[in-house]
Amino acid sequence: MNLTVAGAPHLPPITTVGAVMRQVLYALVPAVVAHVWFFGPGILFQITLAVAFALGFEAAMLRLRRVALRPFLTDCSAIVTAVLFALSVPPLAPWWVALTGMLFAIVIAKQLYGGLGHNLFNPAMVGLAAVIIAFPIDLSQWLAPRSLSAGLPGVWESAVAIFTGRLPDPMSWDAISQATPLDALKTGVAENRMVAEIRDAPIFGDFGGLGWEWIANFYALGGFWLLYRRVISWHVPVAVIGTTILVSTPMWLIGPDINPSPLQHVFSGALVFAAFFIATDPVSGCGTMRGRLLFGAGVALLTLAIRRFGGYPDGVAFAVLLMNMAAPMIDRLTRPRTFGHPRGERP
Amino acid sequence: MADFDIGNQLHRFPGGLKLRHHKQIACREPLRPAPLPSRLVLPLAQHQGPAGELLVEVGDRVAGGQPLTRARGDREVPIHAPTSGTVVGLDDVEVAWPPGGRAPGVLLEPDGEDRFDRSDRPADWKSEAPDALIECLRTGGLAGLGGAMFPTAAKLRGPFPPIRALILNGSECEPYISCDEMLMRERPAAIVEGARILARAIGAEEVVIAIEDQMGAVRKELNAAIRATDPDVPVRVVQVTTIYPEGGEKQLIQVLTGQEVPHDGLPQDLGLVCLNVATAAAARDIVVDGRPVVERIVTVSGPGIARPCNLVARLGTPVAALIEAAGGTTGPIDRLVLGGPMSGLPLASDRVTITKGSNCILALRQEDTARRQPVMPCINCGECVRVCPASLLPQTLFKHLAAEDYEEARDLNLFDCIECGCCAHVCPSHIPLVDHYRHGKGVLRERGIEDARAELARARFEAREQRLTEREAERQRKREQRERKLRDADAAKDEVRAAIERARARARGGSTGDGE
Ligand code: SF4
Ligand code: SF4
Repeated sequence: MNLTVAGAPHLPPITTVGAVMRQVLYALVPAVVAHVWFFGPGILFQITLAVAFALGFEAAMLRLRRVALRPFLTDCSAIVTAVLFALSVPPLAPWWVALTGMLFAIVIAKQLYGGLGHNLFNPAMVGLAAVIIAFPIDLSQWLAPRSLSAGLPGVWESAVAIFTGRLPDPMSWDAISQATPLDALKTGVAENRMVAEIRDAPIFGDFGGLGWEWIANFYALGGFWLLYRRVISWHVPVAVIGTTILVSTPMWLIGPDINPSPLQHVFSGALVFAAFFIATDPVSGCGTMRGRLLFGAGVALLTLAIRRFGGYPDGVAFAVLLMNMAAPMIDRLTRPRTFGHPRGERP
Repeated sequence: MADFDIGNQLHRFPGGLKLRHHKQIACREPLRPAPLPSRLVLPLAQHQGPAGELLVEVGDRVAGGQPLTRARGDREVPIHAPTSGTVVGLDDVEVAWPPGGRAPGVLLEPDGEDRFDRSDRPADWKSEAPDALIECLRTGGLAGLGGAMFPTAAKLRGPFPPIRALILNGSECEPYISCDEMLMRERPAAIVEGARILARAIGAEEVVIAIEDQMGAVRKELNAAIRATDPDVPVRVVQVTTIYPEGGEKQLIQVLTGQEVPHDGLPQDLGLVCLNVATAAAARDIVVDGRPVVERIVTVSGPGIARPCNLVARLGTPVAALIEAAGGTTGPIDRLVLGGPMSGLPLASDRVTITKGSNCILALRQEDTARRQPVMPCINCGECVRVCPASLLPQTLFKHLAAEDYEEARDLNLFDCIECGCCAHVCPSHIPLVDHYRHGKGVLRERGIEDARAELARARFEAREQRLTEREAERQRKREQRERKLRDADAAKDEVRAAIERARARARGGSTGDGE
């Protein structure tokens, strides 16, 4: 009998990195569908472009680092980064946005730090921050959601816009460079208008922005599924959304004219998306459960601060990157008490 | 001692896993004896600790139950002839641990008569002194039959605080293993009687038998057995939910009492002794039947076994013989495991034989063990943290061990890892975490760096020594005091007596004078 002598456990682990990453991709499907419904097919081009660039960069870097290509290309981690990035940029952003974003995300943030598992920063958010800073104009060209514009660009128009950087003829520039609800809010408040007044604008829906709030719901749907499948733990989403509500409620009660309501905070911008898909990135986040609570709370607080005081309408990307820096420290401070050790003792 | 209930309210231990238990497949047939092989191979040490002193020579004819070694202390456990026959060799034999390793053993050729000598046993254990009972168990070769093989006498006798309760562990939480369940089904009365004997031996006020919630029928049978015997010590059955590794002593105690066994302590410090149900049944066999530990129930199971079953096997039976008795294999076997799939020992060969702690033989095929991906870097997903019952940070330990930073790992309480395998089982990167921990512990031990626990154990030991010396000094002081007092009293008495004498003498002197 030819027996293998290997350490316990003797059954293979129940999951793989690839399986975990694929679940994240599946969980994004509802939100992508909603996105297409409200903003047209541009997002599909963005996803395709970003995935292609990401895989290309990943393969090139793995080759340069002389690492086996197969396991790392099939682990789907680069694809997840690409999709998360694509979901954060305007649907008609020109192709060089995806190229630059993936260059920063995959080459610099991920591979130069040592590849999968070694990156300190969330690659998708590094890519996003890079393009926000590099192409501020391109990154502010948002489409108006479906019911507001005369018609959404079709597949052909989207392709032309993305690949030439020029917008299709029948569409007016105006309809495209719509301010996002958070933009509108920020400039409105700066012009001393009241939140209720600003919110009368057609781009606002019941809680957040028109369309946006629905997309947020679909992100949450995918997020719940990830929770159910135990791909993510509840700590980060609860901390992000809980802290947002906890902090924005008193501010809103004190100054409802200049502070948006907690629901608006939650349902605008990338907050729900970040709560379930971005701040839950394991590699650049916290590994202890209490650390995850702190991490999520930090993301929420920084996002609120940037929305209120910063130069960008939404600060999720920067908030996540800042918290990435703090994560190792938080992990160290939140080590659990080992079983059987006296209370209060921490290794 | 902390104040707590036992089993009235169930608690949770951190982490753990719900696993598919695969137990039914081996429970379809009733228990049956495994055929006696043509040769029994018996390692001298079948327990944690040094082997006993050898008592036989090649060529000796022995009766079943006859001791082959003698224990010189509580940490040594004797072995006995599992049947009558001839000693045909004293040699190094293949053992399960280390895999492929060899250790001194006895080769015994059965004569087929299966003649048994009853060993000394009390006429009536109910009137036997606790210490005599423990002595009887010790010479009967009792060691933890749950798999750990810890010498039972050492667990029962020691400088412990008074023992409040005996916990019998019937929650075998590892997948596939069902030997304890079968035992509880078929010999509930033996377990209950064994429990009463053990309770008497340690002076426990009550016995709690913990079983899993999936063993519904077992509960009824145990309860019937409890009602059938006289209630000198209360015995209760408590059902616990099945979560791996609940069968771990510390986890079970936490579930039953909410208390954590201190990392540098023992259950006895909480006033508890925890033993396996099989150990209790064996205790009964030793004390009541005069039959030392010569056989045990072994689950032979796994996808590689044709007819999974539970067999009563004489110690020393080769694994290969048991597999044959279970209908052979279904095809090529990739791995043989002694114990369960989560924490069992890999066997290097099927010539290894059954010893006191061999609860399960698991045969796995290539497709059962194949991994779907190579080992990848840790992605810090925290799954391992979520499931660790010791509340460790497995990924951080791994990081330091991979960087050969062993001291840091020790400071992160590496030695509190119970090697349950939960972390490795959920790791999406397929990192063999437990191998790293074992290796790390080995390196630290080798370097002679005492781990934190050993240090604390030593501190405890020293504190105890000091307590004992102090107690002795105190006793000495009291004795001297008493003696002095006695002496003083004597002196006082002497004085009184002298005074009386003097007075008498005076009186006598007068009268004498008068009289003379
Ligand atoms: S489960 Fe594996 S990949 Fe996840 S944190 Fe633990 S060691 Fe790392
Ligand atoms: S093997 Fe050790 S580190 Fe891993 S889960 Fe079990 S106790 Fe925790």
